[in-house]
Order: sequence, then C-alpha cells, then structure tokens
Amino acid sequence: MLEIKNLHARIAEDGTEIIRGLDLTVKAGEVAAIMGPNGSGKSTLSYILSGREDYEVTEGDILYNGESILELDPSERAAKGIFLAFQYPVEIPGVATMQFLKVALNEQRKYRGEEELSTPDFIRRVKEASARLQINPDMLKRPLNVGFSGGEKKRAEILQMALLEPKLCVLDETDSGLDIDALKIVADGVNALRSPDRAVVVITHYQRLLEYIVPDSVHVLYKGQIIKSGDKSLALDLEANGYANIIDAAA
Amino acid sequence: MNMQTAITMTAAETALVDAYTAQIGELPGEGAVLSARDTLLADLRKQGLPTRRVESWHYTDLRALLRSVPAVDPTAFAQQVDPLVAGSSVLAVLNGKAATKGAPAGVNVRSYADSLVEGVAAADLVERDADDAIGRINGSFVRDGFEIEVVEGTELEQPLELQLVQSAGQSHTRFPVTCGASTKAVVIERHLSVGDAPSLVTTVCDLILDEGAEITWIILQQQGDADSHLAQVNFDLGTNARLRLFVINAGGKLVRQEVHGVTTGEGSDFKLRGINLLGGETHTDVTFTLGHDVPNTTSTEIIRNVLLGRAKGVFQGQIRVAPDAQKTDAKMACNTLLLSDDADFSAKPELEIFADDVQCGHGATVIDINETQLFYLRARGIPENKARAMLVNAFVDEIVEELEDEAVIEPLEAIIAAWLETHA
Repeated sequence: MLEIKNLHARIAEDGTEIIRGLDLTVKAGEVAAIMGPNGSGKSTLSYILSGREDYEVTEGDILYNGESILELDPSERAAKGIFLAFQYPVEIPGVATMQFLKVALNEQRKYRGEEELSTPDFIRRVKEASARLQINPDMLKRPLNVGFSGGEKKRAEILQMALLEPKLCVLDETDSGLDIDALKIVADGVNALRSPDRAVVVITHYQRLLEYIVPDSVHVLYKGQIIKSGDKSLALDLEANGYANIIDAAA
Repeated sequence: MNMQTAITMTAAETALVDAYTAQIGELPGEGAVLSARDTLLADLRKQGLPTRRVESWHYTDLRALLRSVPAVDPTAFAQQVDPLVAGSSVLAVLNGKAATKGAPAGVNVRSYADSLVEGVAAADLVERDADDAIGRINGSFVRDGFEIEVVEGTELEQPLELQLVQSAGQSHTRFPVTCGASTKAVVIERHLSVGDAPSLVTTVCDLILDEGAEITWIILQQQGDADSHLAQVNFDLGTNARLRLFVINAGGKLVRQEVHGVTTGEGSDFKLRGINLLGGETHTDVTFTLGHDVPNTTSTEIIRNVLLGRAKGVFQGQIRVAPDAQKTDAKMACNTLLLSDDADFSAKPELEIFADDVQCGHGATVIDINETQLFYLRARGIPENKARAMLVNAFVDEIVEELEDEAVIEPLEAIIAAWLETHA
C-alpha cells in the first residue's frame, strides 16, 4: 500500500536535510510502528506523507497503491485515503466542528465522484462514531479544537479518522499528552479501524502506545533513515535498552 | 473671528446648502427646532465638509470623498422586507419616513417627526463638537425616525428591528432610545438599499441605558455600491448597565459610522464588536470614542476587517479615562486581513489616561491566513480555495459567535458568507 523509496527531503525554507534516504514498505492490513529519538525525522515524515509544502522532496519517491503521490496536494492525498492524525491538532476559532466535519467528508466524496451525504445521514454517522469514542456531543458544537483538552483533541482526531474512513492512517505521536484512560479509548478507536484493506503507521516515542495498538512491524528511524526493522519485540527491546545499541550497530 | 478666507464650495456642499433652502418650508418643526436647524446649516456652510486637516477626519476626507449629493426624490418607493430574525418586531423607516409601528409590549414608540413638530426635539439638534459633520448634516435635514422607550423591567423575548430601506435620494433620521432600569433587549438596526440609484443616508441614535439595562445593539449596514452612509451612535451607560454594540459593514460606497459613548454609572460595561467587509472601490470608516468617566467600568473593543479589491478602511478608537475613574479596564484590538495588495487599512488607537490604577491596552495587527490552519483543513480533504474561504469566514464569524443566539447568528453568518462569496 505504501512504498517509500530512497526518500530525501529538506526544509523548504533553509534547505536543511531531514530525511536522508529512507526506505519503508507498509502492506495493506499492516500496522507499522516508527520509533526513534527526538529529531530523527518522525514528524517530518508524517508531514511529507500528507503533503505539507514546508518540505521539499529532493530525491526518491513515495508510492501509494503503486502511484507516486509527490505531485498531489494535501487535499487530493486526503481524498485518496491518506489521513494524518496530528501530534498537535490545530485550533480553528470560528469554524464549528460539525461544519468542518461535514465539509471535509463531502469535499472528499466530491473528489472521488461520490454523492454528498444527506444531513440526517451525516448526523447519524457522527453520533455513532462519537459515542464509540465517548465524545460528548456538546464538544462538536464548539469551534474546532478550541478549548478542547489534550485528550479531547486526540479523540477528535480519531473521530475524524473514523468518519473519513481513510485507507492509510498515519498517527503522529497520538499518545503524547494522554492519560491512560484516554490512551485506551484512542487505541480502541484505532483498533476498530484495523482491517485487511487498511494500513496504519504509528509514529511514537514510547512502547506504551504499542501495548494497546499492537504493531505487525517496528522500524527505527534515526537521522532520516530506517536503521533497523523488526517485529513487535523490537519495540520491547528499545524500551528496555534504549536506542544507543542500535544506533552504534548501524554506524 | 473666522480667519478662513472664503472657499469655493464643492458640488456636494452646494447641493446640501441648496437643498436646505429648497426644503426648509417642508421640514417638520418650527420655532426652536427651526432655529437649531438654521444654526447647524450656517455652521456647515461656514466650515464646509471636513477635510484631512481636521484631526478626527484625517483618514476620511469627507470633502474630497463625498463627490455629490443625490437630490431628494419624492417619488422614490421602498417596501418593508421580512425581518432578519423571524419573529422580530419591526419598526420600518422607508426612504426616510417612519412607516409602521409594530412595537411589542413594554416598548413605547412614537415618530420623531412628531417630536420635531412639537418642538421637544430642538434640544437634540446640536453639534457634539466643532467637528461633528454628521450631527450637523443630520440635524439640518432630519425629518423622521423613532423615539423609543423600553419601559423599566421589560425583557424582550424577540429582537426589535429598526429597518431602514432606501431606494433613492436622501434620508435623515434620528432615534432617541431610552432603555429603562433592568431592561433586556436585542435591537437590530438594519440598513438596506433597493435598486442602483445612489442615496445619502444619515442617522443619529442616542441610547440611554438606565441602571442594570442589558442591551445588544446590532448595526447591519448593507447599502448599495453607490450609497453614502453617515451614521452616529451616542450612548450613555448608567450604573451596572451593559451594552454590546455590533457594527457590521457589508455595503456602501462611502461609509462613516461613529460611536461615541460615556460610562456615567459605576459597574457599567461596554463591548464594541466590529466587522468590516470591504471590497470594490469603497471607503469605510468606523470612528469610536469612549469616556470612562466614573470608577469601576470596563470595556472591550474588537474590530475585524477583511479587505478586497481597492477598498479603503479606517478604524479610529479613542479611550479616555477620567482622573477619578480608577479600576477602569479597557482593551481594544483591531485585526485586519488584507486579501488584496491594492486595499488599504488605517488604524488609529488612542488612549488618554488620567487615572493611575487602571488596565488599558490596545493592539492593531495586519494578519495573513494562518498557514498551519490552512494545512490542517487541506489535510482533511478540503481544497485550498475552499479552505481559505473557510478561514476568512472564521476570522469574522468568531465575532458573530459572541452573540450566543443561533437565531441571530445564523442569518448574520449567512450574510457574511454570501458577501465573501460574491466579492472574493
């Protein structure tokens, strides 16, 4: 589903190279965890996948279902099924959450040549999904992410993911700022979306989240490259022994 | 002595002076009213329209901007329309004439023409100060309007709409409004125009809020592309009175909306919320002065501007804190979204503080679309142009949301969205 080949990317503004020859393949149905120390390029990778223009790809390619997505803008990538759950969901005062959800859903459907959802159908879907994530409906009347607690913001991200039904989900540090109860709710939400035709990339600092969202593969990102891949035991190893051994071995 | 040498009158000045001579026989009121009119017109004739050399008109050179004054058109026809908010009581002014009286219980209304005829209006027809061009023009020509009293203790369930519809010519109206103690009301002062003919509309509202009155006053100005709109609101806040004044400009060729207030009762609070949607080749000025005259009063002012095309906008905000007005808390902000290189906005905040134990601040910013917000919306599948439009909408809707009443918010947001769609 996702193939990243020898990817090199830099910050557009100052030319600093962040991703330096990254290779990664994630199959449909797979949950892949990407771990790495601070500054290894984890968040950058998530932004590049979703098309943020602050970064420039200088070499290599990203294939999604066999097609390069480098020329697609963020909204096209989203409509094709790529979803980024933000580490820091953005507050947008003046845009009601419900209105935002409806526009996003219908714009994606329009792009794919599908019919727009009727309002009752839309409301029913939102109600069902928010009940599963224990989201208070009053929260959805508020402006998008404004005044939401850290946990509410992350749950709202997963709600969006559940409604938009993407094929490739990228979770950027979704566990940061969550207490254990909120973490479980979020993990349940993600697990509910696991399916043979959907892939999930979990970017995280800590093993903790991976206890709840059990990955099929674990990849260590360091200085813009994947330096080691393995199964879920690699995450446990990292938790116990830190990154130093792996980094030394790769050097 | 007047040191000015005689100046050549502009077309607009000549038209105003001539119109006065032509109309004087039919303008309502005699005696004191007539002599007050004569004084105002004499001042207008002597000083002319204000130019940029007059400080309070520095950014709006009325003499240069008001190119012409349309003649009074006795054949002009305008009709009342549905209120902005369903269920509102409507007091209509059609082409300058108070047309209907649909006052709800607890509200006493009479036409201002009656006050002029009886002479009690004479006391209103004075200049605020030497630079009060709006008071001068309005006072010279005022024909009608409504005198409104919200009786003590009245709480209006539905909004009261003052609906001014103009099709052509001129209209000069005045609205003295007294809100008795412990009253609650939402008033929508709505300025509409029908047809393409240019018009000149002036209005003066004098609001008095007695103890504990809580009033939301919304000025929605949607005049036509050829119209000039000169308006003034004067208010006086009694003890613990609260006034929220929303000024929404979404029309007009040349617009000056003045807001002048004083807090005369302790514990009173004033909020000004302004939205200026400016496009085309237009000039819009919101000028605000507030005197915190007694201790323990608060105010906040937030102005949001969206500029397109070759529009010019002005916000002047002056807050004065009297020497004994301790514990005043006043905050003023003016934020502008400039969406065109040819548009221009001038902001002039002024604080004059004569007390030492106060909190006062002001800020003026010119901002751009927030790229992080834009990316977030796009990352959810919303195309860039649509995402931008949503953010522009949000920038002003955030102000409208403060009304916290869906019945009012919804039609206002629809008007804003429609304006942005047409102009962007």
